[in-house]
Amino acid sequence: MAPDVEQPPAPPEGGGARWLPDARRRLGRGLQVVARSGTAVTTTLAIFSALVVGAVIMIVTTPQTLSAWSAFPSNPGAALGSSWTLVTSAYTALFVGAVGSPAAWLHAITSLSPPALTAAAYPLSETLVATAPLLLGGLSVSLAFRTGLFNIGAQSQLLAGAIVAGWVGFSLPGLPWPVHLPLAILAGAGAGAVAGWVPGVLRARTGAHEVIVTIMLNYVAANLLIYLLSLPAFLPRGAANAISRTTPASARLPHLAGPGLRVNAGILLALAAAYGVWWLLQRSTLGFRFRMVGASHDAASAAGVDIRRMITGSMVIAGALAGLAGVVEILGVSPQLVPGFAQNLGFTAITVALLGQARPGGVVLAALLFGAFQAGGLQMQASTTIPLELVQVIEAVIVFFIAAPALVRAIYRIRTSGTGFRLFSQGWGG
Amino acid sequence: MSEMAWGVVPAAATAGTDRRRRWLGGFLVALGLLAGYAFAAHVPAGVVTHLDLNSAPALPLPVPAVPVRETTAVLAAICVALGLVLALRRGARGTYALLAAGLVAFGLAFVIWAARGADLSLEGMLASTLVDSVPLIFGSLSGVMCERSGVINIAIEGQFLAGAFLGAMIGSVSGNLWLGMLAGAAAGALLGAMLAFLCLRYHADQIIVGIVIVTFATGLTAFLDLQVLTPNQATLNSPQIFPNIAVPVLDRIPVLGPILFDQNIFLYLALALLAIIQIGLFHTRWGLRVRAVGEHPRAADTVGISVLLIRYRNVILGGAIGGLGGAALSIGSTGEFTQDMSAGLGFVALAAMIFGRWKPLWAASAALLFGFADSLQSVLAVLNVPIPSPFLLMAPYVATIIAVAGLVGRVRPPGADGMPYRRE
Repeated sequence: MAPDVEQPPAPPEGGGARWLPDARRRLGRGLQVVARSGTAVTTTLAIFSALVVGAVIMIVTTPQTLSAWSAFPSNPGAALGSSWTLVTSAYTALFVGAVGSPAAWLHAITSLSPPALTAAAYPLSETLVATAPLLLGGLSVSLAFRTGLFNIGAQSQLLAGAIVAGWVGFSLPGLPWPVHLPLAILAGAGAGAVAGWVPGVLRARTGAHEVIVTIMLNYVAANLLIYLLSLPAFLPRGAANAISRTTPASARLPHLAGPGLRVNAGILLALAAAYGVWWLLQRSTLGFRFRMVGASHDAASAAGVDIRRMITGSMVIAGALAGLAGVVEILGVSPQLVPGFAQNLGFTAITVALLGQARPGGVVLAALLFGAFQAGGLQMQASTTIPLELVQVIEAVIVFFIAAPALVRAIYRIRTSGTGFRLFSQGWGG
Repeated sequence: MSEMAWGVVPAAATAGTDRRRRWLGGFLVALGLLAGYAFAAHVPAGVVTHLDLNSAPALPLPVPAVPVRETTAVLAAICVALGLVLALRRGARGTYALLAAGLVAFGLAFVIWAARGADLSLEGMLASTLVDSVPLIFGSLSGVMCERSGVINIAIEGQFLAGAFLGAMIGSVSGNLWLGMLAGAAAGALLGAMLAFLCLRYHADQIIVGIVIVTFATGLTAFLDLQVLTPNQATLNSPQIFPNIAVPVLDRIPVLGPILFDQNIFLYLALALLAIIQIGLFHTRWGLRVRAVGEHPRAADTVGISVLLIRYRNVILGGAIGGLGGAALSIGSTGEFTQDMSAGLGFVALAAMIFGRWKPLWAASAALLFGFADSLQSVLAVLNVPIPSPFLLMAPYVATIIAVAGLVGRVRPPGADGMPYRRE
């Protein structure tokens, strides 16, 4: 980094007007020091900015604060006060719903009684439950991204995984769980792999763009699910509604912390997959070839890499990962298939991958964050009537800022040259 | 970023299209044989389908009774013949037209067979095809506007939702549907400006920003619907619907009159925009500049065209067109905003644009095809067809996959599509 050649600030003679830019510059210089440590600062600032945007949206859409603001000239205190109350109560609920209330944790740790511990850990457990499928879906999108493919259809692979895993679960009752559970998991991953193979092989052989094919497959999968939910093989006897049979306990992912908490082995599966993807990308020949294809088709083919096989292979593995996301959803969280099962998961997984910059470690953190938002958002909706959808807006704004780090640096006056990995898709080309 | 990922056309492309054409011809022949076997050979003689062609009272036409067996046999033969021509002929011109004609013959045979022994309102089907494809035409035009100038617009779905939301809300509050339409366009333009700002000013990845705009618009409109519209449904979310406008004289043309000339303002608007963009893009100075910027921004810059200005303008205009498509969904059709009401139509419009190879007229034709599939599905759902309705619902999507894989293949997008432009 070049030495700071800036002139020392001029003596304060102009009065108050000079103060603001100067303070900004100082703040900027302070942040600049931290910014050298990497993208962590940009990410933190992006999250902070998104929370600010969320707060503004809350304030302008709530009638009470809105009316307080319309009386702002006569009573500024009321406007600021009611806004502050609204925002802090919402975000406190979000926080408590994601990691638990400090008071409950304090009580649990001092008393060490199991019921108190369970009660305190419940929000954290919900966060981890929401994290697992997001992490697997995010890994799926990331792996494809690193090969230069945009797996916008994680949803179809996820549904394939959930359908097959669920079917293996409820149509083979009576198997002992050491057989049944691995069988269901593998079947789900396999189904996801097949659903990922289709766009992969079409891209490799015919050049059909995977964005179009996977978008279309999302609808195919959703309609296939609706069809399957009209078949006797999927429905309980004499059922009138399109709700499938329930997966039995022998095919469920075991709970990790007792029956009172929903957190299950799915999160372990997801973390293992994250390690596996990291190993694949950073330590294996296959992963190196994937990244080579992602970086440049020309260079890869000059080096003798079979681009078509890499594209197909990457989509198969990505499909299996997304299939696993469906597996942990059906075998861990909601044991029945319904129309519109896990509807937004595939799309949120894309934002998770983007936030994690398509790197396994980053995706773990991003999935944890969005899992926390998910769990906390439900709590926020329950206790403050702010709809859960606000969380989706906040998530989107975070990724906006992540996608344009220069924007964040401009807002906070950080003057660094943006080095490091930047996620880039390959347009329609190929 | 890397330049090698774009625009590399393999030398063997022509051999590939030859093989693809033969493959497509074979596909049509197979379809024709299937139609002959399933629709003609298996239907007893004497079964008829009543084709209801003209419900307008202006000029009552007799309802023709079509013999199913003979008609489908003829259509199947046409389909086979077109397939043979396609496979055996040299040269690539007219491939699309031949294929489309063959598919239409097959589709017609299928519909006549499906409606055997019953009434089939062909006119109703054509009308609903047009109505269903209106938002898709807007959406694909939005895509064409952006991508021809070199900015990938995957955010059409978001523009739809924003336009539908603001159109319904402003139309309801002001009681003026024209204001609602304007507001819908403005909402789309705002999202277009967001895309342009992040991608052009800060060089963010266009596909990523597009996806995030969709997430953002879906979340925000759902949030505002719950938080603002639902408690005030009567005042904020009860706009009128644009009435149909009959064009004098023309609407009395038998069959086509009521379909084309007694429709919603949005259809006329879509057709007008289609004509403007098609002519503008290929026959005006503006269009030449847009295409230059989309194909080779450096060359355009060298001769003094402002790349950024053209891109900003096109992306914002494209966004406004997408917003109009959204308004067509709410104040043009259902008369209220509902959460996630576009239900993925924006992505279908995107597919239509790619299917139409970034050309306005072709993209609109692809949109019509999707609209036709949609209306076909709703007609068949009523008729006694031994195919479960989810399969009919997924048919257009499967058809798109087949078409994109078999037909379009290595389409060539505008040369600089997706690439940020930096001056040297």
